[in-house]
Amino acid sequence: MTIDFETPKPIAQMQTMLQTVAENMMRTTSREFDENEHAIPWDYVEFMHTAMRSMGGGGGLAPTDEKPKEGAEKRPPIGYQRLAAQIEMLAWGDVGYYLITPGGGLGAAAVQAAGSPEQKAKFLARFNDDKPTFAAMCMTEPGAGSDTSAIRARAILDEKTNEWVINGEKIFVTAGDKAFNEYEKLGKGFIVVWASIDPSAGRAGMRAFVVEAGTPGVKVTKLEHKLGIRASDTAAISLVDARVPFENLLGKPTVEKTTTGFKGAMATFDATRPLVAASGLGVARAALEFLKEKLQENGIQVRYGVPRNKLTAIERDVIDMDIQLRSAWLMVLKAVWMADNKKSNALESSMSKVKAGDVTTKVTQKAVEILGPLGYSRDFLLEKWFRDAKITDIYEGTGQINRLVVARQVLGYSGKDLR
Amino acid sequence: MYSFEPNEEQQMLIDAVGKYAANDLRPAAHDAEEEREMPKKLISKGWELGFLQASTPEAYGGFGERSAVTGVLALEEMAYGDLAGALSVLTPSLFATPVLLGGTEEQKQEYLPKIVGGDWAPYTGALMEMSFDFDPNALKTTAQADGEKYVLNGEKVFVPYAKDAEAMIVYANLNGVTQGFIVTKGSEGLSVSEERDKLMGLNALPMYRVKLENVTAERLGGASGHDFEPILSAMRVASAAAAMGVARSSFEYARDYAKEREAFGVKIAQKQAIAFMLAEMATEMEGIRLLTWEAAWKLDNNKEDSCIEAYLAQNGAADMAMMVTDRGVQIYGGHGYIRENPVELLMRNGRGFAALLGLVIL
Repeated sequence: MTIDFETPKPIAQMQTMLQTVAENMMRTTSREFDENEHAIPWDYVEFMHTAMRSMGGGGGLAPTDEKPKEGAEKRPPIGYQRLAAQIEMLAWGDVGYYLITPGGGLGAAAVQAAGSPEQKAKFLARFNDDKPTFAAMCMTEPGAGSDTSAIRARAILDEKTNEWVINGEKIFVTAGDKAFNEYEKLGKGFIVVWASIDPSAGRAGMRAFVVEAGTPGVKVTKLEHKLGIRASDTAAISLVDARVPFENLLGKPTVEKTTTGFKGAMATFDATRPLVAASGLGVARAALEFLKEKLQENGIQVRYGVPRNKLTAIERDVIDMDIQLRSAWLMVLKAVWMADNKKSNALESSMSKVKAGDVTTKVTQKAVEILGPLGYSRDFLLEKWFRDAKITDIYEGTGQINRLVVARQVLGYSGKDLR
Repeated sequence: MYSFEPNEEQQMLIDAVGKYAANDLRPAAHDAEEEREMPKKLISKGWELGFLQASTPEAYGGFGERSAVTGVLALEEMAYGDLAGALSVLTPSLFATPVLLGGTEEQKQEYLPKIVGGDWAPYTGALMEMSFDFDPNALKTTAQADGEKYVLNGEKVFVPYAKDAEAMIVYANLNGVTQGFIVTKGSEGLSVSEERDKLMGLNALPMYRVKLENVTAERLGGASGHDFEPILSAMRVASAAAAMGVARSSFEYARDYAKEREAFGVKIAQKQAIAFMLAEMATEMEGIRLLTWEAAWKLDNNKEDSCIEAYLAQNGAADMAMMVTDRGVQIYGGHGYIRENPVELLMRNGRGFAALLGLVIL
């Protein structure tokens, strides 16, 4: 091993391919699906399903590595690196679309992180079927956001039928509609619901349950109207005496004094935070490129290499945006490279999210500011990217929660030491 | 293939330099600054770590190949110990590296073996000029061709160890293009100030003004000259790497202090106001470190945009170093303002990266 920044060939090829998709299938209809919230861009959904399947992507966005051919030299794994690059490019096209790319999403990530080999086989195979299929993660509740230990949803084992009976209210479920409601064009999905099997045990009692689409007692009660990412459905889901088979519990059914169940959720986030960061940075890159394009059209050249005290305000802003965007992207790459190489990346993962949240919001906000009417007008996509960008600093742990995680890591503190 | 892991050789160098920085430079930093002198013994010890020697090919008396990536790794470590100490140790590079990058075969043979083969000796470089709009690509010091030789006129500032320098690379404007020239000790028309330049920080590094009045000099790279861009980029990534070291030093002092200092019954690090500052410092450092690594890697691999990225890294690092060292002082509160505490010097040094260029090269 030595320090290397060369983009692996398979990743570079994939980026070229996805850029074409972004330009021809996403940017072209971006505006339309932003203005018609909750309409579904089926062309994109179906195309992506077919494309990802033919690429061996398991029918969706998931970290995959080619099986080495017999006798071939074993290459270091790049599954997460490839995934981060895919997501960045799709988000460059349209981050709302990216969020409705068929596949397991966070739901499957939870199964990956906390499921047994049997559960993985059972729940994850469907994403490679003929029809595009979705899964979603139900964590947040009206009274529980980043503080997941405040979750009120409850799962009780009915010993007679050996089923879990779940009650609760979940909100902000990304792709919850497509994962739970049945559509003719979609395969049968599932949602992963976090609920407590022992409220007295706090976080130690928290478990994740796979709830199949169409399960009686479960209902999508609302689709949110949002500032941005409008092509992506954000569902509220209520569970009233919803029954799921015993074996749909991810992890152990007994409560010990440890917080393994909760750690399962947190491990999911270590893996997914840099990916969310990557999605934000795709939006930021789109905004920065648009800004540079417009400046160039107006005869403004950014003079790289000139001392900063000689630059114009616009030049300084653009150069600073370059610095911020590139360093944020490299932080994402490092975090996913660590994940691929099975190195513990809780710190790097959260740092990349903190940085990307800042950079994505600031770059898009600055771009609108610099371009004035061009930035604010719905004639262009920049104002949409500004709105889309903001979610990066909020979901998958707000910037503040991630700062807390980073602070604990650099200080060697537990949650008790630093609340 | 992406990788963020130094190779074995680099790791050994990082460890060796890190040890020297922590055990030798750090404890000496405060007194060296106050007394305006870096002990010679320390400089020799740093020189013996063999960084420049390992970056010079065997043909010129060294035992390795130059790598900007290895350079930024080593320099971050050394500057973590003390910036003035690191710049002192690396001063001979200000002469040797440009010769290696842009010199003719004869120039390399003439200078490199005696620099890398001997003890630390004052060979140096002169880039900075005392003007608000200082621009390495638009220098006020001029060079004019005179037969095979060139005639230099102008004034340079902040030239490390100029007083005793055997030879220095002086950068001058030759028909609108920056070129390096080899100026040797005692050249006619060359005068070095008696007084040292006084700066906000870096007082342990002796720097002088150098006046050039019709000084005859040899052009780096001979009649056809050389490309200045790689030299400038090598200075930029060096500046970024040094900024990383200074920032990390301040960050670690502040982090450790915050875990010791109590207020309202808890350690101040247990307050989010302080903890978040530290989290942001760590985050900014990580981003700029990776940007610097990538810029260095691009230089090593002759990537098209390597010069732009070196420029981005330099400027990003200057901002980062200011932000981190300012917060270092802030976290110490009143104690941070007192010169006994190391974060005070680190803040003064931290601002330097926005103003200085060409005091270190990799």
